Amino acid sequence: MMLSIENLRVSFAREHGDPVEVVHGINVTLDKGETLGIVGESGSGKSVLSLATMGLLPRTATASGKILLDGEDILSMSERQLCRVRGRKIGMIFQEPMTALNPSMRVGAQIAEGLRLSQGLSRRAARAEALRLLDMVKIPRAADRIDSFPHEMSGGQRQRVGIAIALALKPELLIADEPTTALDVTVQAEVLDILDELVSELGISLILISHDLGVIARITDRTLVMYRGDEMEQGETEQVLRRPAHAYTRKLISALPNRVRSALETPDG
Amino acid sequence: MAEILKVQNLSRHYTLNGTTIKALDEVTLGLEEGRILGVVGESGSGKSTLAKLVMALDRPTSGEVRLDGDNLFDLSPRQLRAARRNFQMVFQDPYSSLDPRQTVEKIIAEPLHLDPDAPKGRARRDRVGELLEDVGLSAADVSRYPHEFSGGQRQRIAIARALITKPRLLVADEATSALDLTVQKQILELILKLRAEHGISVLFITHNIGVVDEICDEVAVMQHGRLVETGPARAVLDSPDKAYTRQLLAAEPTLEVIGRKARRTATR
Repeated sequence: MMLSIENLRVSFAREHGDPVEVVHGINVTLDKGETLGIVGESGSGKSVLSLATMGLLPRTATASGKILLDGEDILSMSERQLCRVRGRKIGMIFQEPMTALNPSMRVGAQIAEGLRLSQGLSRRAARAEALRLLDMVKIPRAADRIDSFPHEMSGGQRQRVGIAIALALKPELLIADEPTTALDVTVQAEVLDILDELVSELGISLILISHDLGVIARITDRTLVMYRGDEMEQGETEQVLRRPAHAYTRKLISALPNRVRSALETPDG
Repeated sequence: MAEILKVQNLSRHYTLNGTTIKALDEVTLGLEEGRILGVVGESGSGKSTLAKLVMALDRPTSGEVRLDGDNLFDLSPRQLRAARRNFQMVFQDPYSSLDPRQTVEKIIAEPLHLDPDAPKGRARRDRVGELLEDVGLSAADVSRYPHEFSGGQRQRIAIARALITKPRLLVADEATSALDLTVQKQILELILKLRAEHGISVLFITHNIGVVDEICDEVAVMQHGRLVETGPARAVLDSPDKAYTRQLLAAEPTLEVIGRKARRTATR
């Protein structure tokens, strides 16, 4: 067992009045190499859940329950301990690569930064590893692009750099929060393929957060459906989508454009 | 049926450091009265440039936008102002397109300055109330502020604002892209209802093919500022003529194969 979230509750302090609870007791487990999709609409608590798992909740938030990563509880770690977990054990990919990357730093240096700080690699060795990572995420002519700034790259390439940074320290768990939402569909397909390939090859566990059932269907083994901080259902992705157990999941599926939904009615494609 | 909108050889070029960027290049399109035309494409395809030109918010490098036969760019400023009540726009982000300090009544009634015969006072308030009911909100909402509404409700307010001058053409630029799936469905249903009740024509700009299939009669596929293909939505989506359209359709996330193990077996 690698990740086990037990009865996680998160509430936010308010200026006036009692704190407001936004995640109401979620239970999730994730094995090595497994991929879990978390799907929900705005306000479902899916992003708060992922921030809690990274130990990145804002100060105004209080969490209870347990988030056990290889038996150690993220929620009771000091900031110092968390710093050893983030990047090394858990990698994170964000929605908007333009804001997640440092605009004034060359992409190669951004990938190398973590390698130098946490693995103590020399400048030269870190650069060589950054180049290997850029190749791995299929940046064409990586050697020519390693000294590019983020604004010189397309959205899809920037997100690949984001993946390279997240994978640089060989984490056991990758959390991707709407990683392709800001991308065009053709680019989205490429980025998902790269993500899928690397996660499988490297045996990394993946939590993919998305509002898009098509993205969830493409890449995940299991799916958790959330609504307003509660679990609606959880199970094999195929089961959840083809035989939804909860009325909310059915509502979500029925809101899909016909074109996408119709494929569900003919399991043979 | 009569064409309400005719876009003829429309181009918009920008010159940047001596190189010319053709944001829109020789695009010709027509929209018939009471129909919904989807314009679909990825970033940089020119679809938003097209919307801006159709709304006369920008001037083309060359070409025409004819609304009821009149080229918008031949009109005097005064004539253009008068024409504006016939075409209104709904934007993508309902959080930034509504003034947070204005009441719903003020927001919705704002375009009435285009109409010298617009109702005033009590009659104006009643008209705003009717429109709120029309878009599925309540007439009692007139004195509330945008922050009191959800994203989907705000988009309904933006649609009510676009409808108050009784336009014949509605231009929607990614009007459902920022909304949750269940809310998107409600807004699409609203647009179909308004078309049925008022016979309004819609230019629906989107990157989402599923949405085109849901509400559009015709579709125009764009790439790099050019029109790739156009035709009845069903025909283009079912049997696309052009390689780019096929590529776009193939990239669309589907639910045919679910789960990564299943997908591996299926592609092998």
